[in-house]
Amino acid sequence: MQPNHKLNYLLQLGDNALILGQRLSEWCGHGPVLEQDIAITNMALDLLGQARNWLDFAAQTEGKNRTEDDIAFLRNEWEYRNVLLVEYPNKDWAFTIVRQFLFDAFNYYLHKELTESKDEQIAAIAAKSLKEITYHLRFSSEWVIRLGDGTDISHEKMQTALNELWRYKGELFKLSPSDKAMISEEIGADLNKIKSLYDQKLKVIFEEATLTIPDGNWSQSGGKIGKHSEHMGHILSELQFMQRAFPAMEW
Amino acid sequence: MKNWPLWEIFVRSKAGLSHKHFGSLHAADEAMAIENARDVYCRRNEGVSIWVVKSEHITASDPADADPLFEPAKDKVYRHPTFYVLPDEVGHM
Repeated sequence: MQPNHKLNYLLQLGDNALILGQRLSEWCGHGPVLEQDIAITNMALDLLGQARNWLDFAAQTEGKNRTEDDIAFLRNEWEYRNVLLVEYPNKDWAFTIVRQFLFDAFNYYLHKELTESKDEQIAAIAAKSLKEITYHLRFSSEWVIRLGDGTDISHEKMQTALNELWRYKGELFKLSPSDKAMISEEIGADLNKIKSLYDQKLKVIFEEATLTIPDGNWSQSGGKIGKHSEHMGHILSELQFMQRAFPAMEW
Repeated sequence: MKNWPLWEIFVRSKAGLSHKHFGSLHAADEAMAIENARDVYCRRNEGVSIWVVKSEHITASDPADADPLFEPAKDKVYRHPTFYVLPDEVGHM
């Protein structure tokens, strides 16, 4: 059977938002201060809203009578197509912020490109999401600079997080079969095109944050084709608990 | 974070209205105060513009001075423009 590249492409987009949203929601009630607790959970909700749009369109594209909820809550681990970066644990505020910035910068240029998609629905969802993502990038950039160029302790924590998360950055630009198929149909975003913008953004922000960009570009990968890290099962067990324990429950 | 200063937040709810005091919050500087205000006070479509002012820059009247400051105005009803008959053509003022 031919893989449904458009479906898989939409799942890549939707699952990135869904899993990162789930991760950020873990901060709810645990933020470093009240204001950031609210800020980070606002972003979790933004991402969840974006995931709904993508997964609803994925359900329509699939045409098998499944809903966005079926897709979000009733798939197995290997059917999720998010990148490994977004499933990485929150750990502390430094890890959360660095992960967020590495992702937001990518997501921003990705969505900007997607607003030009030949698929009108994709272009429309991208345009709607872009406003939120623009703010996310502004927020995470500010915090990278603040903490990187902050105290000795905050700088050290940020550098540690950056060194650790650097190996997940490359996967963002690694073309999956669905990426290739969608780019050739001018539906998907050309990742090579946005890579130089991304690298430039990182350079500017990390320089201002006085953080050292790690050497080397070796990257973990696999998420986009369903091969996940050991963290993914734990996320899903929490994300899917209600639907698995009480099938078809609603509220 | 204990030494983050306090900021007073003013939000304009829509174009044409004035900024209103919404509350106060902590932030390290004005940029963070704006972002915090956006996240704390403008999540439900409350505003189109935000002002932030360090609380220490606000000078308040002393509650102990309330009598000399405000009491004398209470029996000066003639200062309200309610003793004029408005011509119908003026309509609502």
